Amino acid sequence: MSPQRRRFLTDTARMAAGCVLAGSGLAWLARDARALPAEALRPPGALPEKAFLAACIRCGLCVRDCPYDTLSLAELGEDGAATGTPFFTARDVPCEMCDDIPCVAACPTGALDKGLTDIDDARMGTAVLVDQENCLNFLGLRCDVCYRVCPVIDEAITLEVSHNDRSGHHAIFAPTVHADHCTGCGVCEKSCVLPEAAIKVLPTRLARGTPAEHYRKGWEEMEEKGAPLVDGVIDLPDRLPGPGTDNLAAPGGFEPAFKLPEGASQ
Amino acid sequence: MKAKTALPVGQEAIREKGWWKAYRFLILRRASQAVFLSLFLLGPWFGLWLVEGTLAGSRTLGVLPLTDPLVLLQGLVAGHWPELTALTGALIVLVAYALLGGRSYCSWVCPINPVTDAAHWLHDRLDLPKGWQPKRHTRLWLLGAVLATSALTGTIAWELVNPITMLHRGLVFGLGFAWALVALVFLFDLFVSRRGWCGHLCPVGAFYGLVGHKSLLRVTASKRAACDGCMDCFAVCPENHVISPALRGKGAETPLILSPDCTNCGRCIDVCSVDVFAFTHRFDPRIEATPEPSPDAPDEMAA
Repeated sequence: MSPQRRRFLTDTARMAAGCVLAGSGLAWLARDARALPAEALRPPGALPEKAFLAACIRCGLCVRDCPYDTLSLAELGEDGAATGTPFFTARDVPCEMCDDIPCVAACPTGALDKGLTDIDDARMGTAVLVDQENCLNFLGLRCDVCYRVCPVIDEAITLEVSHNDRSGHHAIFAPTVHADHCTGCGVCEKSCVLPEAAIKVLPTRLARGTPAEHYRKGWEEMEEKGAPLVDGVIDLPDRLPGPGTDNLAAPGGFEPAFKLPEGASQ
Repeated sequence: MKAKTALPVGQEAIREKGWWKAYRFLILRRASQAVFLSLFLLGPWFGLWLVEGTLAGSRTLGVLPLTDPLVLLQGLVAGHWPELTALTGALIVLVAYALLGGRSYCSWVCPINPVTDAAHWLHDRLDLPKGWQPKRHTRLWLLGAVLATSALTGTIAWELVNPITMLHRGLVFGLGFAWALVALVFLFDLFVSRRGWCGHLCPVGAFYGLVGHKSLLRVTASKRAACDGCMDCFAVCPENHVISPALRGKGAETPLILSPDCTNCGRCIDVCSVDVFAFTHRFDPRIEATPEPSPDAPDEMAA
């Protein structure tokens, strides 16, 4: 091998090795950058985090156009989100859900998806009543603040009434989030009167489970169809204990403690 | 070596041409860097929103979009097809630098340039050894590595560490610990590698070098016959390998500095006491013969 050739090959190998090293370091940082802290919420219309990091050029135009100074750009080593990307912390300044969604309009790359035209369709996160033990409503009081301030009141948060077992004769008005309608704006978290909010907006991945795909809700399907799901099925009587069925008063059987309403099929 | 060569760089030019002409392009360049930065700062500091955003992407007077083409390219290879606004902005920037010389960005706009220039000034003052000098094309390799990493991780990878946008964004939006990265670049250039960052490693510079490969605006050494071999241009040039082919060209060889590494900083024009260099366009092959060439010049130049 000629010295020139040898030198060329060594240089190239060196350079390649250096680049692999530098690239790996960068890739490690990139992996790290994907770990968005739970408190950091992305602006409305933000693509899923992985796609967002490929799309957001960190120009800050969404921050500039936010009329409520909700958004800020993550600073290196301080905010946790990938450096320079926009986020907000609901407890500090929540999203006020502008009708014209100026942050989305400002985004030059589509990291905030222009497909979002109705702010009620935004899904920045999902509110969760994380602490029932300290929530005033769950204690039987009528705080109701999170319910009252919710921009999607009576849809995203409802008050579900139940009996207050502690007092024995009052009601509990439980603030209940309905994720299908919650935009994750964070106004409820911001407004919670407790020193540390009992209701918090979490990234949806933390806030929600997913239904098992194989699990079919027969009652929903039946309601949709308006008839039993299998045609011609013979609806046999349920084998309830009680007079007229074949499993009572048999040796070892027992008498039912209740009586079925008249006319109920047996 | 002539006595002149031993003079501090630029002394002769100051004596011959006066202080302004000997520092003209340096001052203009600093002014340009300050203007580009302050355009972004007028908004947050004084509420004058002429330019909003950062160097990565901005909006001027509410209409003109500009986008850093390298950032957008990383997004593209990471798998995101951007909207028209960003593409238009990148195209405008690409055309501008394709005409003006890609690396004009480095010397006239980039906010890291004053940092590395300061490091070099101090390096010179302290008379430190030049240290590790990786090959000039290392930055091209790094550019490749950056794009590959972007593609493999699906992120705009360089923006996780890019000291340029981090410093700029830091000044406009809030710095965080980005100052540490900037300090690192400064210390690297000061102690580890003379002119190391901008001259050898920065993939942004490498990218703009490629953009300006055939750029219109060029420095010419049209009066190279007048060169007295003082070496000041080599001493002051951040990419001094670009000078020789033009300055030392024989006969009809082009006097134009055609290397894409040239940053069009104009310092060679400043420090030359006999005005060998000038800005021109790439289709200007004029070579001026000096009326009375000094008889010893060719030998001196070989030094």
